[in-house]
Amino acid sequence: MVTRVVVGAHYGLRDWLAQRMTAVIMALYSVVITVVLLFGQPISYSVWRDLFAQGWMRVATLLVAASFAWHAWVGVRDILMDYIKPDGLRLALQVLVLVTIAGYLGWTVQILWR
Amino acid sequence: MANVTTTKTRPKYLSLQALLFEIRLPLPGWVSILHRISGALLFLAALWLLWLLDRSLSSESGFEAVKRYSGLPLVKISLLVLVWAYCHHFCAGIRFLFLDLDKGADKATARLTSIIVIVAGLALTALLGAKLW
Repeated sequence: MVTRVVVGAHYGLRDWLAQRMTAVIMALYSVVITVVLLFGQPISYSVWRDLFAQGWMRVATLLVAASFAWHAWVGVRDILMDYIKPDGLRLALQVLVLVTIAGYLGWTVQILWR
Repeated sequence: MANVTTTKTRPKYLSLQALLFEIRLPLPGWVSILHRISGALLFLAALWLLWLLDRSLSSESGFEAVKRYSGLPLVKISLLVLVWAYCHHFCAGIRFLFLDLDKGADKATARLTSIIVIVAGLALTALLGAKLW
């Protein structure tokens, strides 16, 4: 039997788990929204506005935006680690991605609570 | 000895030609790489989608403008591609969650679920596309 001594910061496991949990959150939201959009009232401006005016919808959408941020960060970071070999370029791109994701999140808050 | 190793002709499996024309990805490989491509696409497209959401919720005229804009053929096709990216990422993601739990990891099942994921992604795209337009 091989006894493995696990060392390190364990952030790999945390990110792996987070990516899966955020995936489940986004999947549930997608199903609910798709059902609402397809089988609810036809979408006019007032229906659309009222949908996003409800408290639960704002909180759920914010939760999904936060999930997207974490999920996309882990995913894009994996892609960059796989394909971008020069350290400096990879670091620069990772910073760019983080700034972009932070921007997405801030913009979503602005859209939801304007 | 050094000469022997350098003159030996080795197959160059990772040439561009090999990648494009010779190496055939197995179906689970296609699901995997398409999952990655669709994910990257969705990350980049989020900027555009957020802009659409922002405008559509800004005012009545903004909503109508987005409606008109999304009727343009090029915009429609782009949205359809993103719908596919979402559906494929969704289906493939569920498959990966099951694989993480060691469900369906044997060869026959993995191949079957790959086909299901690819077909389901396309079918959902067709269904949603037909519903939306």
